[in-house]
Amino acid sequence: MFFSSPPPAPASASAAAPEESPRASGGWLARLRSGLKRSSDTLSSGLKNVFARRTLDQAALEELEDLLIQADLGPKPAARLVKDLGATRLDKTVTDAEVRAILAESLASILAPCAKPLEIDPTKKPFVVLMVGVNGNGKTTTVGKLAHGYREQGLSVLLAAADTFRAAAVEQLVAWGERTGCPVVVGPPKGDAAAVAFRAYEQARAEGRDLLLVDTAGRLHTHDNLMQELAKIGRVLKKIDPEAPHATLLVLDATTGQNAHAQVETFKALTPISGLIVTKLDGSAKGGVLVALADRFGLPIVAVGVGEGVSDLRPFDATAFARALVGLEDDRQSKQELDMSCRGDEEPST
Amino acid sequence: MFEGLNTKLGAIFDRLGRRGVISEGDITDALREARVALLEADVALSVVKDFTVKVKERALGQDVLRSVAPGQQVIKIAHDALLDMLGTTAEPLNINVAPPAVVLMLGLQGSGKTTTAAKVARFLQGTQRRKVLLASLDVRRPAAQEQLAVLAEHVGVASLPIVPGQDPLGITRRALQAARQEGFDVLILDTAGRLAVDEDLMAEAAAIRDLAQPHEKLLVLDAMTGQDALTTATHFHAKVGVTGLVLTRLDGDARGGAALSLRAVTGCPIKFLGTGEKVEALEVYHPDRLADRILGMGDVVSLVEKAAATVDKTEAEAMATKMFTGGFDLNDLAKQLRQVRKMGGLSSLLGFLPGVGKIKDQLKAANVDDRVIARQEAIILSMTLKERRDASLLGASRKRRIAKGAGVEVQDVNRLLKQFFEMEKTLRQVRRKMGPGGLAGLMGGGVSDDPDKVLARLKRGF
Ligand SMILES: Nc1nc2c(ncn2[C@@H]2O[C@H](COP(=O)(O)OP(=O)(O)OP(=O)(O)O)[C@@H](O)[C@H]2O)c(=O)[nH]1
Ligand SMILES: Nc1nc2c(ncn2[C@@H]2O[C@H](COP(=O)(O)OP(=O)(O)OP(=O)(O)O)[C@@H](O)[C@H]2O)c(=O)[nH]1
Ligand SMILES: [Mg+2]
Ligand SMILES: [Mg+2]
Repeated sequence: MFFSSPPPAPASASAAAPEESPRASGGWLARLRSGLKRSSDTLSSGLKNVFARRTLDQAALEELEDLLIQADLGPKPAARLVKDLGATRLDKTVTDAEVRAILAESLASILAPCAKPLEIDPTKKPFVVLMVGVNGNGKTTTVGKLAHGYREQGLSVLLAAADTFRAAAVEQLVAWGERTGCPVVVGPPKGDAAAVAFRAYEQARAEGRDLLLVDTAGRLHTHDNLMQELAKIGRVLKKIDPEAPHATLLVLDATTGQNAHAQVETFKALTPISGLIVTKLDGSAKGGVLVALADRFGLPIVAVGVGEGVSDLRPFDATAFARALVGLEDDRQSKQELDMSCRGDEEPST
Repeated sequence: MFEGLNTKLGAIFDRLGRRGVISEGDITDALREARVALLEADVALSVVKDFTVKVKERALGQDVLRSVAPGQQVIKIAHDALLDMLGTTAEPLNINVAPPAVVLMLGLQGSGKTTTAAKVARFLQGTQRRKVLLASLDVRRPAAQEQLAVLAEHVGVASLPIVPGQDPLGITRRALQAARQEGFDVLILDTAGRLAVDEDLMAEAAAIRDLAQPHEKLLVLDAMTGQDALTTATHFHAKVGVTGLVLTRLDGDARGGAALSLRAVTGCPIKFLGTGEKVEALEVYHPDRLADRILGMGDVVSLVEKAAATVDKTEAEAMATKMFTGGFDLNDLAKQLRQVRKMGGLSSLLGFLPGVGKIKDQLKAANVDDRVIARQEAIILSMTLKERRDASLLGASRKRRIAKGAGVEVQDVNRLLKQFFEMEKTLRQVRRKMGPGGLAGLMGGGVSDDPDKVLARLKRGF
């Protein structure tokens, strides 16, 4: 899988931009762990206080529910999870670690079916990926990261700058093109986004490219006209291949709370979504809304973003995510497990 | 904005308010529902807890439950508790200092700093006639400096020339110097997005602050942010210091709970709201008006103000009387359409009114939008006075004549009439919400000519 390839030597483009996050020294596994760790710090310390040697009584359960809410699971899913936990364990004495393990397991069992990488169908030349989502959540950066990953795998990648609206959005993608060594198709400023996508598709076909990544403008799902513009991009691509775009990836920002539900719902209603990419998991936001989203929509979570550098994209590992969410990455055993589960990912999956 | 939360809380407390007798259990139930509604709106858990504890304490403390209108009292208590959380004063940008006033934009990646910097620059230069300089210290994100330069040009504000390879502190020094030498009133410094937990970048932000000595440090936060709003605000406040908040993307359907969390955690006022991608989409924020709106009571102050600014007082008063006491006809509608148009459209008007979230949706469904208002006016003006007074006179042939006169299709006339009846219904509903006698009833019989009195009355009444 592309995300697992070793970090590359920094590209020569844009010296000022960070190729890696500053704290990224210890290799990608360390980074994953530190990213997830931060996500779970609050939750983790909270849990420790609550559950060190005590009965799992109503008060303890309520505190547990609070911790899940603070991780953005949403009040109702949090209540349900804790109720289930209580049903089996109420009034038993449990240790801190036990409660966490049980909780992590139930979280992981919800998330696991969604941990699916993006499958690139090699018979499509190019395989067209459309990147969509609300403003500022990391679409362009993720296009850059994907371009880097797939190029490392030896695919020939073309980028399409179909955000013709935002100031310097094109320049931003062009910089990513330079950084990753992928050409970028651009159109005139404020021009027609669909026309850029169409032209890029034609060019990618003519050049025999493996992959076309189409970056689109950020749009709030509540703006009908902008959603229609997105639908138009899809329609125009279909003129070349009725099956295009072959994948539409919805980017979600991990800092987003319960509004993520409305985002997924609305984008999904407009166009089939092949998978989600969750960005900014290197921050303090916990991304717990993913649990409810997984439960409700069952969409594949194809990757997570853990930084601003080219190689800060990771496969989504449900167990590691769930365990980290409840603060289980600290002990040695889970570290080993995390190691193992990540090592498994290094085998190419396609 | 805040509509989801508004509708939910409104419904919860509405139920309570309609009861003659309430028990402690009723309050507990209502607060449990309110807790879920607030959490689903992404209000930080600790803030929600403070709110429910406070309301419950106060509701059970005094002789509330035994009073004449206990439900109303509880609503007032909830309202006051929200106000406590939001603060009561609207504070303008602190730029009345010896120039240049320095404004530092801070926040997580992608929250809207650069866009907001341009919006604020445009606001200060346009509305407040300040000479503004924009400078980007973002050397991390590709094309970030170009983005600000493009936006600056678009809004007609000066921006510091880009010098490749310079670090944020170097740019800051250059910007300060340029601002002083070239006589700028305000210098707005846009910074790279940074995680609140990123020690290195937070230290960089602190260094920029120490060098620039900003008069305003604005934390820009996405209105869709979840529980992390609390963590982020706490960190930025602790490490760099925040003087004001900006909430962006309120043009979406986020319930905006972060607004409550932010204010509660930092104690800083929210100063601006971002309501779109375009540079005009910026609103000055009124913290004191939000509680009403969140509880579904409508932003009556804004309504009254807006009315005062656009329509003359007697007309406004007459309109209010008609709207709240009933008995208006197509003639009044035409007059109102004109006023409504001046006040920013019907939907914006209704958004200010108490408990009309749902009704507003109905109106939207009925396609009452501002573009058709002018056409509707034309239709009404093509009617005879008699017809305007009694819409039921309008049969097929009259409609054809009117359509011809107004240069529209008969179905447009039909649509207008449908909307008119729809509106009659709406106003009936509003009146019902306001109790017997409508607004007049609230005010003890006569329509007051003093908006402040009306307001005070409304607040007490709800
Ligand atoms: N820390 C962190 N920052 C990220 C990540 N992904 C993106 N970013 C940052 O988030 C900001 C916005 O990213 P963009 O890629 O421009 O987002 P976008 O969705 O293309 O934005 P619009 O096109 O304006 O809608 C930039 O500062 C990125 O560097 C991530 O995984 N972690
Ligand atoms: N719908 C909407 N979009 C907004 C608003 N404010 C900003 N945006 C959009 O959000 C995206 C990110 O805005 P930026 O101003 O680049 O955000 P930033 O905080 O400077 O991002 P970084 O510098 O990467 O940290 C862009 O697509 C903006 O057009 C708003 O109020 N509403
Ligand atoms: Mg983009
Ligand atoms: Mg920026």
